[in-house]
Amino acid sequence: MAYPSEPLVINVGPQHPSTHGVFRLRLTLDGERVIDAEMIMGYLHRSMEKLAEGRTYTQNIPFTDRSDYLSAMNSNLAYCLTVERLAGIEPPLRAQYLRVIFSELQRIASHCMAVGTYINDCGAWQTPLMYMFREREKILDLFEMTCGARLTLNYMRIGGVSFDVPPEFVPNLRKLLTELPDRIAEYEELLVENEILIARSVGVGVLPTDLAIASSVSGPMLRGSGVAWDIRKADPYAAYDAMDFEIPVGRNGDCWDRFLVRLEEMKQSVRLVEQALEALPGGAVNLPIPLAFRPPVGEAYARVESPRGELGFYLVSDGSPHPHRFHIRAPSFINLTPLPQMLKGLTIPDVIVTLGSVDIVMGEVDR
Amino acid sequence: MTVQLAGSLLARRLEDVVPGAVVEAEAGWVVVAAEKLLEACRSLWGDEDLDLKYLVGVTAVDRLDHFEVVYHLQSLRHNHMVVVKTRALDHEAPEVPSVVPVWLGALLQEREVYDLMGIRFSGHPDLRRVFLWEGFPGYPLRKDFLWMPGGVSSGLPKFSGE
Repeated sequence: MAYPSEPLVINVGPQHPSTHGVFRLRLTLDGERVIDAEMIMGYLHRSMEKLAEGRTYTQNIPFTDRSDYLSAMNSNLAYCLTVERLAGIEPPLRAQYLRVIFSELQRIASHCMAVGTYINDCGAWQTPLMYMFREREKILDLFEMTCGARLTLNYMRIGGVSFDVPPEFVPNLRKLLTELPDRIAEYEELLVENEILIARSVGVGVLPTDLAIASSVSGPMLRGSGVAWDIRKADPYAAYDAMDFEIPVGRNGDCWDRFLVRLEEMKQSVRLVEQALEALPGGAVNLPIPLAFRPPVGEAYARVESPRGELGFYLVSDGSPHPHRFHIRAPSFINLTPLPQMLKGLTIPDVIVTLGSVDIVMGEVDR
Repeated sequence: MTVQLAGSLLARRLEDVVPGAVVEAEAGWVVVAAEKLLEACRSLWGDEDLDLKYLVGVTAVDRLDHFEVVYHLQSLRHNHMVVVKTRALDHEAPEVPSVVPVWLGALLQEREVYDLMGIRFSGHPDLRRVFLWEGFPGYPLRKDFLWMPGGVSSGLPKFSGE
């Protein structure tokens, strides 16, 4: 016999280890079940879009590092592609291939973080995360030897990339590429047949396909719900049209499928880096762009497949060296749209797992 | 490769279904009258050839004398994209209809535009500020918001230092 209980309001966050930053969920519970969830964000809002309107096009590249700080390469690239589309610039071929190499390395590093923290949310205490940080560390070393930074990279430039890779980069990358497939196999061995992980994720936080499309989610969330949609295939940029790779797709749209999609994407990224490294042409890596660069009057939207989904920039130029409008189509933010529906009816431990599987970066949600 | 459909093509299709909806058709976009926006969006969503079931993004631009709300729409099946714009002509109290009844994905994005640009979306189920707190003075992305660089005041046609 069921007795109705008084609704209980619980705040998860803003300071909570499972919110991956400063994000607050206001849950209304009936007993143990969530009947309503409200998202409260903005704790990390830095008004990036407004600040960017007072700076020149080149000065804005470091801002993009700080929006999605776990995949700075992809954010840099999305912004530079938009300015290039606005001004009709075609970067040299070597830069296009370097962009693919670095975007995919960044995707592996970012998915290591996403999967690792997701497993933490499921109850494993740091061990799988530390395994994945081992590989992430080596990727960050490669970034450091190329551009001097490890997190906020500021590597891509309008019309190419800032530096060519140093001589020791290629041997180090080749060594990493021989290790990575074994490492990813190791993760799978450790995680994919883990009973606790299966019990915590299968059938939890289901996002049906029609809701996924209607609520504009993208990236592993959309693919986890069974839609084979990847900007790298659908709207290829840099040198992706010359690459051969597959789009992993889930079936049920639950946390488990999103987790598997991310694991599989890491394998595909290794393939992409290998191909791009084999085909890496010689030549210049950037074009000379004036400091006070003035694109013609107009507007442009360009996008990349970031580890979290479709990351796009919408720029409006009035012919001055500053953008008139600088808008970030942030996948982390938009992927939160269906979250309250996904959480309804779950228990609190499942809420934590579901939020972990969305993989938000608060720098990008709040901007 | 995603094909960007021409505004003129979209305008012809829209004129057949929703007469008087199209204000202007450019190469890259089509401008729809705000009062016909919801009707036009419904027909774009339902059109089998266009199949615009996926809303990529909603954003707004301060054009100094009016506001422009920009919708990027995508067909996942046919892999084409269109840009639809609408105008909020009253710069003091801009208001356009919400497209949440058509695309749920506008839910958070329209709240963001309301928060930072101050455009009201009539018919939005939960129009509150999303990043800033209630009671924050002004709307930062407007060009007449001068606390931070990036704004344009009357008498100062361009940014200082340019």
